[in-house]
Amino acid sequence: MRFIIIVKATPDSEAGVMPEAPLRAEMAAYHEALVNAGVLLDAAGLQPSAKGWRVRYRGTQAQVIDGPFTEAEGLIAGYTLIQVRTREEAVEWARRCPAPRGRGRDAEIEVRQLFERDGAETGPA
Amino acid sequence: MTVDATHRAIEAVWRIESAKVIAHVARLVRDVGLAEELAQDALVAALEHWPVDGLPANAGAWLMTTAKHRALDRLRQDALHARKHEELGHDLDALQAHVVPDFVDALAEASEDDIGDDLLRLVFTACHPVLSTDARVALTLRLLGGLTTDEIARAFLVPEATMAQRIVRAKRTLTEARVPFEVPRAAELPERLASVLAVIYLVFNEGYSATAGDDWMRPALCAEALRLGRVVAGLMPDESEVLGLVAMMEIQASRTAARTDDQGRAVLLMDQDRSRWDPLLIRRGLAALARAEALGGARGPYALQAALAACHARARQAEQTDWAQIVALYDALAQVAKSPIVELNRAVAVGMAFGPAAGLELIDALAADPALANYHWLPSVRGDLLARLGRVEEARAEFERAAGMTRNARERELLMARAHAVATPSSRV
Repeated sequence: MRFIIIVKATPDSEAGVMPEAPLRAEMAAYHEALVNAGVLLDAAGLQPSAKGWRVRYRGTQAQVIDGPFTEAEGLIAGYTLIQVRTREEAVEWARRCPAPRGRGRDAEIEVRQLFERDGAETGPA
Repeated sequence: MTVDATHRAIEAVWRIESAKVIAHVARLVRDVGLAEELAQDALVAALEHWPVDGLPANAGAWLMTTAKHRALDRLRQDALHARKHEELGHDLDALQAHVVPDFVDALAEASEDDIGDDLLRLVFTACHPVLSTDARVALTLRLLGGLTTDEIARAFLVPEATMAQRIVRAKRTLTEARVPFEVPRAAELPERLASVLAVIYLVFNEGYSATAGDDWMRPALCAEALRLGRVVAGLMPDESEVLGLVAMMEIQASRTAARTDDQGRAVLLMDQDRSRWDPLLIRRGLAALARAEALGGARGPYALQAALAACHARARQAEQTDWAQIVALYDALAQVAKSPIVELNRAVAVGMAFGPAAGLELIDALAADPALANYHWLPSVRGDLLARLGRVEEARAEFERAAGMTRNARERELLMARAHAVATPSSRV
């Protein structure tokens, strides 16, 4: 089963400020551990929403709205996609993810399970 | 957390950590069976403490430290025991001073890199040629996959007691043969690595080809083989054949959703809905293949099979398949890993690239091969070529013969349907 670990955007990530060296090292070590365990499928950091856009559908119209966007709640800064055997394994790996704004600073990550392409695990959670 | 939830959480930590713990302890005690026992002791300790104290922040390190201490105790006892036989009355403090420092050093030395080396030693030991193939597979799943004996037994359709017996015997064999806990030296490496890759591929195939076994365990076997392949590729990043195997498994796994229809019936490669192939796994497979080729390993048997899988993966529609390239790859594969199965597949490719008559000629030359006497794909392929040549009665007979030979119910259904279709005018084959 696959899970995506979603890291939420922060004012820093939206300003295009790279995390400080210790945090980058922690993140690198975390992803290395995922690779060594054979569970990492994909991971990427996202550029600030200033470089992105939204498409708003209204009736039959599709309107393109350029970033940046302000609602920090809904914005994401990166993701890590893993494949594990059980939900508990995903919880354990998520627990090991470094705090995305550095130690001691409030932040949040969100984990969601993917639908499987072969139709497995589509039932209620 | 409820007790049940805590137990599941502990099980998850165990699955993530067990191979590393066993591998590291095995280096200390030089015995894989004993190492697993000591690691299990650490798990039991976790099951006692964690439901009460809560999961430690670094659960992996907790397990590792606990197991190492058990190993240390065991070594101390053994040394004591040995000394007692040698020199009765030897001063205990002097003995400990003699024994302990080595272990303390060993403990302190263990960094992530060492853990990687230990894991690799465990991989090679579990796949050691002193063991039968069945034993290698069982031990690999048990020690490296963290699968329970029950899960392994279900995957291979044997009673749990039989599988437990097999694992116990395998560990005893390693101890009795005094198999060193090490990565083989350069001269031995190619052959030993081939054994490791064969075990992983066997596990993958057992899950993928579904000739028998518990349906629930099958996807788990494919996933586990893929995971093990990725782990070994991480441990040996310069071995092109490891990457070749991983590439082949990633691409084959990308087709999982398209391999059966709504009713669970098998769908042949050329008939699959390619929009259901998993583009992420294809991309990962092609990337691994590119790395294998960049390392100069394009002619390795696994890399060649990955390249064959890649030919299909790159064709957005079945009609776009580059059959001439596939023939060339089978030519290369026949040179490094000649087998009747490769010849059969090559004949299929020739039939697609250069017409059914050319393919049939090659198939007929293979028909006498005793290795293919019970292989249902031979009459199936022959039926296909005959049908394309308009020789419908012969084609029908071949499909029926193939249906009578397969052990897989779904394949049999498919072959009977083809036999029926080819004999019915107006229906396309």
